[in-house]
Amino acid sequence: MDADVVALSRLQFAVTALYHFLFVPLTLGLSWILVIMESVYVMTGRQVYKDMTKFWGKLFGINFAMGVATGITMEFQFGTNWAYFSHYVGDIFGTPLALEGLMAFFLEATFVGLFFFGWDRIGKVQHLLVTFLVALGSNLSALWILIANAWMQNPVGAEFNPDTMRMELTSFTDLIFNPIAGPKFVHTLAAGYVAASMFVLGISSYYLLKLRDMSFAVRSFAVAAGFGVASVLSVLVLGDESGYTTGDVQKVKLAAIEAEWETEHPPASFTAFGFPDQDEQKTRYAIKIPWLMGIIATRSVDTPVIGIKELKKHHEERIRNGMKAYAALQKIKSGDRSPAAIHDFDLLKGDLGYGLLLKKYTPAVVDATPEQIRAAVDDTIPRVAPIFWSFRIMVALGMWFLFVFGAAFVIVARRRLANNQWILRLALYSIPLPWVAMELGWIVAEYGRQPWTISEVLPTHLSVSSVTTGQLLFSLGGFVVFYTALLIVDLYLMFKYARIGPSSLATGRYHDEVQPA
Amino acid sequence: MIYLFDYATLKVIWWAVVGLLLVGFAILDGWDLGIGVLLPFVGRTDGERRVMLNSVGPTWEGNQVWFITAGGATFAAWPLVYATGFSGFYVALIIVLFALILRPVGFDYRSKIADPRWRNAWDWGLFINGLVPSLVFGVAFGNLLLGVPFHFDADQRVFYTGSFFELLNPFALLAGAVSLAMLVMHGGVYLQLRTEGAVQARAIVAARLGGIVLLATFVAAGLWIAKGIDGYQIVSMPPADSAFMPVAKTVERLPSGWLHNYSKHPWTAIAPLAAVGATVLALILSAMSRALPAFILSCIAVASVVLTAGFALFPFIMPSSSTPGHSLTVWDSVSSHKTLQVMFWSVPIFVPIIIVYTSWVYRVMRGTMTEERVRDGGPSMY
Repeated sequence: MDADVVALSRLQFAVTALYHFLFVPLTLGLSWILVIMESVYVMTGRQVYKDMTKFWGKLFGINFAMGVATGITMEFQFGTNWAYFSHYVGDIFGTPLALEGLMAFFLEATFVGLFFFGWDRIGKVQHLLVTFLVALGSNLSALWILIANAWMQNPVGAEFNPDTMRMELTSFTDLIFNPIAGPKFVHTLAAGYVAASMFVLGISSYYLLKLRDMSFAVRSFAVAAGFGVASVLSVLVLGDESGYTTGDVQKVKLAAIEAEWETEHPPASFTAFGFPDQDEQKTRYAIKIPWLMGIIATRSVDTPVIGIKELKKHHEERIRNGMKAYAALQKIKSGDRSPAAIHDFDLLKGDLGYGLLLKKYTPAVVDATPEQIRAAVDDTIPRVAPIFWSFRIMVALGMWFLFVFGAAFVIVARRRLANNQWILRLALYSIPLPWVAMELGWIVAEYGRQPWTISEVLPTHLSVSSVTTGQLLFSLGGFVVFYTALLIVDLYLMFKYARIGPSSLATGRYHDEVQPA
Repeated sequence: MIYLFDYATLKVIWWAVVGLLLVGFAILDGWDLGIGVLLPFVGRTDGERRVMLNSVGPTWEGNQVWFITAGGATFAAWPLVYATGFSGFYVALIIVLFALILRPVGFDYRSKIADPRWRNAWDWGLFINGLVPSLVFGVAFGNLLLGVPFHFDADQRVFYTGSFFELLNPFALLAGAVSLAMLVMHGGVYLQLRTEGAVQARAIVAARLGGIVLLATFVAAGLWIAKGIDGYQIVSMPPADSAFMPVAKTVERLPSGWLHNYSKHPWTAIAPLAAVGATVLALILSAMSRALPAFILSCIAVASVVLTAGFALFPFIMPSSSTPGHSLTVWDSVSSHKTLQVMFWSVPIFVPIIIVYTSWVYRVMRGTMTEERVRDGGPSMY
C-alpha cells in the first residue's frame, strides 16, 4: 500500500481517537458523581444536593455533546479509512460495536434527554434511576469498546478462513472474556473516574479560593475527594495488569515500556530512567532498580523478562513460518482443497500474520530476500522512546493524583480546608493532568501495538482503505479545522459556566444572584 | 453453539434487521433531520426556533442512535458492505459526518449564550445538519440502484474506481430530492403535532410542500427505474447456505431488472403503493388538522419509501457497475454463520427493550411545546 496513505490514515485515526478521548472520561466518571450527588439528594431531601446534581450535570452536558459528536467519527472511520481491516476482522470486531449500540449507547442517549428535561415530569426516585441508567449506559459502552480494543491487542476466539479470506469468530465467550479486556476495562474506567473527580475537585476549589458558594463547593469537594481516592487506587492497583504476561505482542510492548534490549535474568531489574537508543539497541544512562521489573511483570522473582533482541529472534522465525503459511494459502486459493494442502496451512496459519509483514517489501511474500526479512523483523519492534517516556510520565502522574486525592480526602474529612488553602490550588491546577495521563496511556497501548492493527494477525500497512492521499488530506484537514473550532467553543463554554458556578441554575440561592424577596 | 437457523435463513434475517434499523432511523431521526432543514424557515424568531428545537429536545439523542447502531450492525453482519460502502463513498461520508457532528453541539450549545449572532450561526449549523444527511442518504440509495464502480483483487481488497462527483448524477440527485422532500414532510407533520400557533401554521405549509414534491419525485424515480435504468440479477452462485466471496458468482444487467422482485413477489408492491397512498392521506389529514393520524401516516410513508428501494434491490446491497460479478449481495457480503447466529440473539432481546424505554421517554415528555413552556423550563432548555 501507498506509504503516504498508511501514514495519513494512522495520523487521522490517532488525532480523532485521542480527541474523542478528551471527552469520554468525563462522561464515564461524572455520570457516577451525579448518581452519588443525586442519591444523597433523594435520601436527605436537601436542596443543595439537587443543585449540585443540576450544576455538575450542566457541565456534564457540555462535555457529553462533544463526546457523542466525536464518537460518530470513530464508529465510521473503520469503514472509511480501514476498509481492509473491516473486511479482514469485521466478523469478530464488528460484533462488540453493534452490541455497544444496542445495549449501551441506546440506553445512555435515550435517558440523557430525560436527565436534563425530566426533573419536573417524573418523581425523585424515578429521576435518580434515569441518572443511574445514563451512567450505566455510558460505562457499558466503554465495556464493549474495550472488548473490541482488547481483541486488537490479543485476538482470541478467532481463526482464518481461506474460503472467505478473513478472520472468523470461533468463540464468542473467548472474545468477551479476553484476559486483556478485564484489566483494560477497569483501568480505563477508573482513569475516567479520576479525571472526573479531579475536574469536580479543582472547580470546587476555585469557588472555595474565591470564598463563594461555600456550602455547595465543600460538599462537591468532599464527594470528588472520596470518589477520587477510590478511583486512583483502582487505577494503580487493579489497573494496569493489562495482561503483561499474555501474548507475544504484549511482551514487545512490555519490553518497549522498559527499553529492555537484553533479556533480564530473574529477578529482573526495572529501568527507572534512561535514554533509549533504537539504532544502537541500548539505553544510555540507565538507572535500574533491582528486582522490581520481575515482580511487576511476572509477579515472581524467578521468571525471566524477555528482551527486545531475543524477541526479534522469535519474530524472525515466525516470519519465515509465515512465508510458508502464505505459500500454503496460495495453494489452497489456486483450488487445491486436498486434506494435505489444508493440513499444511492449518499447521502454520498462526504465523500467517507475520508473513504478511513482508507485503510491505514484496507483494509475493514467498520470494522475500534475507534483507527484506531483516527489515520486517525490525518492523516488529515499535519505536521504543515514545513508549518508554509516555509510560513513565503516565505513572508519575498517577502517583501525583494519589497524593492530591489522598491529601484532599484527609483534609476535608478532618474539616481543615480553611487552614489548608494549598490543596485547593494544587487541585485547581491539576485539572488538566488526568487528561495528559490518559492520552499517554492510549499512546502506550496503541503505538505499542505497532506494526499491527490486530496483533500478530494483520499488519497496519495492509489495513487501510484504497483511498488517495488527496481524499485523506481533505478529511484530515477538515478534522483539524473543524475539531479545533469545536474545542475552542467547548472550552469557552466550559470555562464560562465553571466561572458562573451554581448561579447559572438561576435559583436565586447562589453567588451574585439577587436574593428573592 | 446452538444454531437456531440455517445460514441462508440468517442471511435473510440480517437483511431484515439492518432494514429494520434503517427504517427506525428514517422514521425517528427523520423528523429531527426534517426539523433541522425547516429551522430557519418555519422558525422566524428566536422564541419560535427554541420551540422547534425543544419539541425534539429530550429525544433527538436517542433517535440518532438508530443510525449509529445501523452502522455497527452493518459492520458486524456485512463487513464487506461496511468496508466497500464507507471507503468508496469516502468524501460523501466525511461530509455527512461533519454535518452529523454539528447536531449534538448545535443543540447543546446554541441556547447557552444569548447573543443573536451566536444563536443564528448555530441555527444554520443545525440546518446543514438536517440538509446534508437528508440529501446524501437519498443520493447514496440512488447510486446503489444505478450500481457503483468497484472490484476486488485476489486478497479480497476492494478498489473503488469512481469519483465523488460521479455520485452526483441526475438519477441520484432525484433520489436525493425524494429523501429530502420526504423528511421535510415528516418534520413538518411532527411539528404540526407538537406545536401550536405560527410555528404550527408554517409547519403545515412545509409538510404540504414536502409531500407534494415527494409524490412527484417518487413517481418520477419509479418510472425512471422501470424504463431507463438497468437492474442487476444473479445468474449463478454457489449454494446460498455456504460461505463464499462475492467474486464467486456471475451477475447480469437487464432492463427493468429492479422490477423483477415486484413481479415475482407481487405482495412487495405494497411498499411503493403504501408510500404513495400514505403520503396522500397524510397530506389530506394534515390539511384537516388531524395531526396525530397524519403523523402516523407520515411514519408509514417514510418506512414504505425505504422499503421500496430495499425490495427492489434484494438480494443486492451494493451492485458493482464496473464488475457486476463482484456486486455485494446478502449471500456473499455477510459474516460467518456463527457470528450471525450469536448476534441474532441481541435483536429480540434488546430491540423490544429499546422500544419500551424510548416510548416511555416520549410519554413522559409528551404535550405541546410552546414558548411559555420553554421559558418556564429555565436555563436548562435548548
